Amino acid sequence: MKSEMVLDAKGLACPMPIVKTKKAIAGLESGQVLEIHATDKGAKNDLQAWATSGGHELIKHEEEANVLKFWIQKG
Amino acid sequence: MSVNAMSAKEVTRKLINREPLFILDVRNADAFQDWKIEGENFEHLNVPYFDLIDGVDEILGDLPTDQDILVVCAKEGSSIFVAEMLEEAGRSVSYLANGMKGWSEHLEPISLGTLNETGADRGEVVQFVRIGKGCLSYMIISEGEAVLVDATRMTDTYLDYANERGVKITHVFDTHLHADHISGGREIAEKTGATYWLPPKDATEVTFDYAALEDGVNVKVGDTQIDVHALYSPGHTIGSTSFVVDGRYLLTGDILFIDSIGRPDLAGLAEDWVGDLRNSLYKTYRELSDELIVLPAHFMIIEELNADGSVAEKLNVLLANNHGLNIEDEEVFRKMVTENLPPQPNAYQDIRETNMGKMTPDLETQREMEVGPNRCAVR
Repeated sequence: MKSEMVLDAKGLACPMPIVKTKKAIAGLESGQVLEIHATDKGAKNDLQAWATSGGHELIKHEEEANVLKFWIQKG
Repeated sequence: MSVNAMSAKEVTRKLINREPLFILDVRNADAFQDWKIEGENFEHLNVPYFDLIDGVDEILGDLPTDQDILVVCAKEGSSIFVAEMLEEAGRSVSYLANGMKGWSEHLEPISLGTLNETGADRGEVVQFVRIGKGCLSYMIISEGEAVLVDATRMTDTYLDYANERGVKITHVFDTHLHADHISGGREIAEKTGATYWLPPKDATEVTFDYAALEDGVNVKVGDTQIDVHALYSPGHTIGSTSFVVDGRYLLTGDILFIDSIGRPDLAGLAEDWVGDLRNSLYKTYRELSDELIVLPAHFMIIEELNADGSVAEKLNVLLANNHGLNIEDEEVFRKMVTENLPPQPNAYQDIRETNMGKMTPDLETQREMEVGPNRCAVR
């Protein structure tokens, strides 16, 4: 999947993956996609909830060799 | 800036003492609604930490100034993050050490009193209250020996406790194959050389050796011979077994709770097992002395805790007050325990397989599997 930017949040614990995601997405244009790599298992539900409350969309997520990957489209 | 950590044990004491506490839970709304720290005088405010990244000004007005405030998240990182911002805003708060993970894993040992009062050594039953998840396990102690029933995966807690008390664990029982939490029974038996007992009807698929826990099995604890007598009482599972300890206590496993009864569906056989459940509750238990003190393997709601934090009630009180023991019509009973059941526990199939020895998930995965409240009962 095409993304404008990749954020490496691997090895970071809550709240840092979302703090960094929030910063990164602020630099994008509406409609652009941010790809996030994380290892904190709590990230999945929190990113989903955060995206929804912020008007963004979690368009895809997958797990690959213990790395959680997310694609969030800026709203 | 460092903020004050409050341990799960301190929160437990506040809960048992019915003290007030204001909980700012910064997990996402779904996680909060699914499972939270409940206490009679605990108040809650749920604001996800990701709504507070830019500052806490918006919630300052919602926080009381006249009582303790505890910030809670899943593991603790986000609660420290929020607590630090609140401290900077001039508010004094604590965060829950190790978050809900620590809350789920805390076991509070509560002595239920002595056994065999005529003996030289007064034996004792200790209830380990897993306050965050509602799981109850038991250590029966007499003259340097101890028997464990329904131990959780926090095996060090029991081993350390036995060490402190100077007792040797000789037998470890699981009343049934658990579906809501990972048993520590086998590991404790391996570490101490104790015998690990399981009901064979629940153990048809297990991958390890065990002693067959069947009706009439009797073990002695210590020289004064505290009796632990097994009583076949199926219904929650086909193998579910109760224990009568010293003729005074009835350990009911997941068959009978204080304010509810066991659910028969967690192995997928509600229709088959409802008759067994009925028989155990309405026949087997009624043939026992109603002066026995019931000690279940779970509590569901905080109201089931006694003033000292223990969960125990006389059988005759339950026979009078527990709704599940007072449904005369068998058909109504059948409907109640097979229809409108609460959601099944998180990952209960994986938990069953872990307890069978078919899976050996790492600690982090075990924690994830056990997330959430207890859901073994029907009310």
